Amino acid sequence: MIIFASCIILFLIGLYAIVTKRNLIKIAIGFAFIEYAVNLLFALIGFKHGALAPIITQVNTPHNFVDPIPQALVLTAIVIALGTTALMLTVILRIYNRYKTFDIAEIKKLKG
Amino acid sequence: MIELYLFLIFMLIAAIIATEIKDLLAAVISLGAVGFAVAIMFILVQAPDLAIVQIVVEVLTVVIFVAVILRTTHIDETIGKKLKGTQILSIVLYAFFTILFLIVVFRSFQELPEFGNATMKVASEYIKLGLPQTGGTNIVADVILDFRALDTLGEATVLFTSVIGVVALMRKVGRKK
Repeated sequence: MIIFASCIILFLIGLYAIVTKRNLIKIAIGFAFIEYAVNLLFALIGFKHGALAPIITQVNTPHNFVDPIPQALVLTAIVIALGTTALMLTVILRIYNRYKTFDIAEIKKLKG
Repeated sequence: MIELYLFLIFMLIAAIIATEIKDLLAAVISLGAVGFAVAIMFILVQAPDLAIVQIVVEVLTVVIFVAVILRTTHIDETIGKKLKGTQILSIVLYAFFTILFLIVVFRSFQELPEFGNATMKVASEYIKLGLPQTGGTNIVADVILDFRALDTLGEATVLFTSVIGVVALMRKVGRKK
């Protein structure tokens, strides 16, 4: 149980960075932490003591594998995380070129 | 599983450093430390496919972050400034949400199996049918490429949409001075 709780702590660190930091790069780092925390929690839930990776090496013997479904889902999620991070950093780069700062309190030109 | 605990502690320390340090380049290196610790933990929980993908994605993430920082600045000027009203409000809201979130997490963790005792209700079918129906020996590859191939198609769609977004935002033609 404590091993799942550390994933939740990593999630909360990422959320802290997103909510309270004023630097755009720190906010992007917070998003990356949340992605890691969820991926790691899924992989940990599928673990079984004494089991092997889900790759068949011998037919006709009873298989003792860890759960392959969380791994398949997380494999998709990791790649999508890369896409969202790249898009987010591109937007951050354009914002910096326009305003010459990463501070979200200084970026005010769109304010009505 | 003592090494798993060691890597979890390492990951949490690196995460705290990444959020609080003043130099953005150091923060990105700490982000890379967290990502590679996650990759090693994937190996420890018997997920080699995830470890390979995580290492590749982590290298690309750090390279993109460093490329952005090299074109801009690497000092975080917002650290050490006096807190403004909105920031204090967001910290209070964060604390409130954290308490709410922890209550929900505690309740839902009662339903989860203990660490190391996965239930495998759906997975036993996939393991039984994986080799005879798809011909693949890697069950994870069978699931993502055969049983749930439409999910993978959606993943490719999302990836290419983000690539189109990056190209459209970075192009030089048609940009106003």
